[in-house]
Amino acid sequence: MRGATHAKWAACAASVALVATACGGGGSGSDSSAVLSASWGDPQNPLEPANTNEVQGGKVLDMIFRGLKRYDPETGEAQNMLADSIDTSDSQTFTIKVKDGWTFSDGEKVTAKSFVDAWNYGASLKNNQKNAYFFGYIQGYDQVHPEDGSAQTADTLSGLTVVDDMTFTVKLTQKFSTFPDTLGYVAFAPLPQSFFDDHSAWLSKPIGNGPYTIQSYSKGSQMQLTKWDGYPGDDKAQNGGVTLKVYTDNNTAYTDLLAGNLDLVDDIPASQLKNVQNDLGDRYLNTPAGIIQTLAFPFYDKDWDTAGAQKVRTGMSMAINRQQITDTIFQKTRTPASDWTSPVLGKDGGFQDGLCGDACTYNPSEAKKLIEEGGGLPNGQIKISYNADTGSHKQWVDAVCNSINNALGNNKACVGNPIGTFADFRNQIGDQKMTGPFRAGWQMDYPLIQNFLQPLYYTNASSNDGKWSNQQFDKLVDQANAETDTSKAVQTFQQAEEVVRDNMAAIPLWYQNGSAGFSERLSNVKLNPFSVPVYNEIKVG
Amino acid sequence: MGRYVVRRLLQMIPVFIGATLLIFLMVNVMGDPIAGLCGDRQCDPATAAQLKKEFGLDKPVWQQYVTYMGNVFTGDFGTAFNGQPVTELMASAFPVTIRLTIVAILFEIVIGITLGVVTGLHRGRPVDTGVLLATLVVISVPTFVTGLLLQLLLGVQWGWIKPSVSPEAPFNELIVPGLVLASVSLAYVTRLTRTSIAENKRADYVRTAVAKGLPRHRVVTRHLLRNSLIPVVTFIGTDIGALMGGAIVTERIFNIHGVGYQLYQGILRQNTQTVVGFVTVLVLVFLVANLLVDLLYAVLDPRIRYA
Amino acid sequence: MPEQPNDQEGAIAGTGAGGAMDLGASEAETLEKTPYGPEGTGPAGKPRSLWSDAWRDLRRNPVFIISGLIILFLVFISLWPSAITWESPLQCDLAKAQEGSQPGHPFGFDGQGCDVYTRTVYGARTSVAVGVLATLGVGLFGSALGGLAGFFGGGWDSLLSRLTDIFFAIPVVLGGLVLLSVVTSNTIWPVIGFMVLLGWPQISRIARGSVITAKQNDYVHAASALGAGHSRILLRHIAPNAVAPVIVVATIALGTYIALEATLSYLGVGLKPPRVSWGIDISAASPYVRNAPHALLWPSGALAVTVLAFIMLGDAVRDALDPKLR
Repeated sequence: MRGATHAKWAACAASVALVATACGGGGSGSDSSAVLSASWGDPQNPLEPANTNEVQGGKVLDMIFRGLKRYDPETGEAQNMLADSIDTSDSQTFTIKVKDGWTFSDGEKVTAKSFVDAWNYGASLKNNQKNAYFFGYIQGYDQVHPEDGSAQTADTLSGLTVVDDMTFTVKLTQKFSTFPDTLGYVAFAPLPQSFFDDHSAWLSKPIGNGPYTIQSYSKGSQMQLTKWDGYPGDDKAQNGGVTLKVYTDNNTAYTDLLAGNLDLVDDIPASQLKNVQNDLGDRYLNTPAGIIQTLAFPFYDKDWDTAGAQKVRTGMSMAINRQQITDTIFQKTRTPASDWTSPVLGKDGGFQDGLCGDACTYNPSEAKKLIEEGGGLPNGQIKISYNADTGSHKQWVDAVCNSINNALGNNKACVGNPIGTFADFRNQIGDQKMTGPFRAGWQMDYPLIQNFLQPLYYTNASSNDGKWSNQQFDKLVDQANAETDTSKAVQTFQQAEEVVRDNMAAIPLWYQNGSAGFSERLSNVKLNPFSVPVYNEIKVG
Repeated sequence: MGRYVVRRLLQMIPVFIGATLLIFLMVNVMGDPIAGLCGDRQCDPATAAQLKKEFGLDKPVWQQYVTYMGNVFTGDFGTAFNGQPVTELMASAFPVTIRLTIVAILFEIVIGITLGVVTGLHRGRPVDTGVLLATLVVISVPTFVTGLLLQLLLGVQWGWIKPSVSPEAPFNELIVPGLVLASVSLAYVTRLTRTSIAENKRADYVRTAVAKGLPRHRVVTRHLLRNSLIPVVTFIGTDIGALMGGAIVTERIFNIHGVGYQLYQGILRQNTQTVVGFVTVLVLVFLVANLLVDLLYAVLDPRIRYA
Repeated sequence: MPEQPNDQEGAIAGTGAGGAMDLGASEAETLEKTPYGPEGTGPAGKPRSLWSDAWRDLRRNPVFIISGLIILFLVFISLWPSAITWESPLQCDLAKAQEGSQPGHPFGFDGQGCDVYTRTVYGARTSVAVGVLATLGVGLFGSALGGLAGFFGGGWDSLLSRLTDIFFAIPVVLGGLVLLSVVTSNTIWPVIGFMVLLGWPQISRIARGSVITAKQNDYVHAASALGAGHSRILLRHIAPNAVAPVIVVATIALGTYIALEATLSYLGVGLKPPRVSWGIDISAASPYVRNAPHALLWPSGALAVTVLAFIMLGDAVRDALDPKLR
């Protein structure tokens, strides 16, 4: 790597006057100015914090923004980042003090106003921000974002008040004890004035307050991020920068890694998992992430809304040989699920191994019995719908179907139903056109048990795609949210989860791990609980 | 000649309108693109309605088409869902695909025509049978299989090439993708040239040339090839449009950020503006290429005169 | 005006793009420009039709015999796949995923633990059905439209010519992605429908060109002078002599349709399970090529042989029908 050596010397010569310690000391061979390349996918929406709801855009925002809280890359625990303190006496009104000394990379100071303006922007209907509902708990949301399509009557959330330069208060419409822990989500990031002054210029080269700054961004192909030397936080970048390269096919990215053309791939295709040990050895990561895959059901369809259907669903769950599928198709990068949350929450956070019990244990004979007791499969055949354009869904859906077919001794009991595009898949779900079970994946927004239950199973919640509705569940969730004691809140959420189990509102399949492979140049590569690489800690050289 | 060109240009207008309308309707059949923008959750109805209004999706299809075409004539191809003007996408995608197409066409011309001439002159000999068989195999294996295998063998096992193409996509990185893209057409060019050469070999003017005592290579290049190339030129000319739009598979395998990639992304995300915009340009390329081919006829075959 | 015997459109026949589907058109172009008819007489002076001439040639052509036998075999296993298999193609056991050849399972298992041999045999039915039905649809629809336009000429002809241009301008793979991504039915009809929709202009052009050529023959003028009606002239005199190029292109196109089905599956918009097809299996196996090459090899091999057989058949028929090459 002669080229890299030269670059290092040049960079050190330039920066020696400013930071005397940065260069030369790298006895271990680690080079704090070297740039690594990593795989990326084209973000679907403009890169605004409140408009980014998928992992690829989230990756970038996680590098260029720091919010009030940050989830620990290893434990997932929410820790104060820009927040000096977040206080409340009634779990409904929160006083937030922002730490002094933070600036955006363009030099502007981060103040209480940076947050309040950003949140008002994110909530306002006229800005089309897709994460607007994250501000839904804040008072005044109805006026800035009327759900029924009526005209917007306010531009700012009445629940947000700037007290002084570094302090603001948030008033919620209901008690929500764990609200501060949600503030690590990217939608709550602060925004600089330049975002509002020249929006299109900002979009073509976003400016934030994180450890990296965007050097260049050619949409659809690559983004170059460089280390921000003036970054005031403790989690400074350990490398000189990251070049994110867009890949359409993760298989190509993996091939590029093997050929030495790329340093980091954070989504290893299922088809290559069998080769990973051979190809990469210890340059391969497989760590738990806050993602669970389930099968959801259309409860609006009369076939699935019967008393017997619950037995059919439980029977289906027992007919799926989770262990075999995770071992064979996913090569142990998934763990068979035994509850509806994720192991990354930890015991204290509400993860309860084995909550599902026998209903999630492979038992073909019992499965067949239950399905027959429940009146058999609706119309004699079930179709599992999934989108065929992304992910390796076909493989596991076919395997799940084969498992069910083998348990029932009927080769046509279950078939996969691929839907061409994700957009169309979501359309059919939105229009309530599903007639059988469908793929439902959930990646947590923040590591709280609430996030695994409320958005998915609460009546009319944003991701309750099957339109399941249960009064007892709703009551328990409301109760848990109002609970000021965290451990009691978690317990109440677990009671709510038991309601989900008893009704088998969705079949839990497996917990997804994050998997990544990296080149010999890199060390200290980690994945956070959101399955995103912790870029700032990666060492090159 | 001038009048002919004008008439052809006038004929292009209905074809252009028809083709763009057709693709517009097809993309519209795909349904509501907004739902896919909100990840694994329901878009809230207010935002969805707002977005639809912004992209003009709340209007009837014919009105959307008229508005769209009106904008196109002022150079405004609309905006993709990620907030980027489609013209910007085109500016980055077309140069890449044009380079890829040039590589592919060069392969077709150099290898395809050479093989075609050789086999055409030696009809029935072992070299003819061998090449014929090889072209048949190339035609019958789907491109994505050829592409994936070449990528694995040359890129990973043997390390001869980079398995993917960098965003700048220089010519040297496009050689293998270009070959994969050209493979099927290449086989056809070979067969077409072969047939044509074999046919013309017995024509009177060739016999005359040989009888005159002209050297063999002169007979082949000056007389035989020139006349035999007409169908080949037709084919290659019309292939330009097909290659540019048909590179979806090749560009996906080799991670080339060209037209095929943008179209594929556009379709997956049901991004009407991107798909229609790119296809509109492809239709224009197709029409112009066809016109050029017909004009080339006159150059290759003096018997043809356009009035 | 052009000085060519054909009118100007005829000279440009075949100037259509459209990816794989179009390829046959240009090949047949040399044919189309060749005025031939049944008036050729044999050495004995006994009038022989083009068809009997061609048939005599074909019977002695090893390429025709081989490809014909392969196609017959394919038709046989499409109709009775269970005659040479002993399992259901849907019987899969994940525990055996990617295992190689073993007794009773000569081709090994695929990624889902399904028997590759059984699936390859059963896949023939779908793939051949798609190819044959799409070709039939394209052939009938295309030659009807093209033939009528060529015969009547004038305004209808111009309209149709522009219409074919419009369909030619849409790249095939792209059209497939757009149209088929919304299809929910898991029958083969949407795929066939799409192929007919974007494939007919190719045949239509050929048919139009050959009808125009045939129309100029003396016997047509004679029949017309004798007072024969449009339909009689078209069906009795023109059609039999104009159909040869259509058949040639159609046979070649058939192979490309089968390959196209596989490409559509690769892009995720092709046929859907539980249907068994080579395209589905090839696209499912292609990412696993490093671990289970056999699962890719057998269905692709079967597909290649089938496409090859149809193209060779088309080739042989073309050679036999082309008097210039005799």
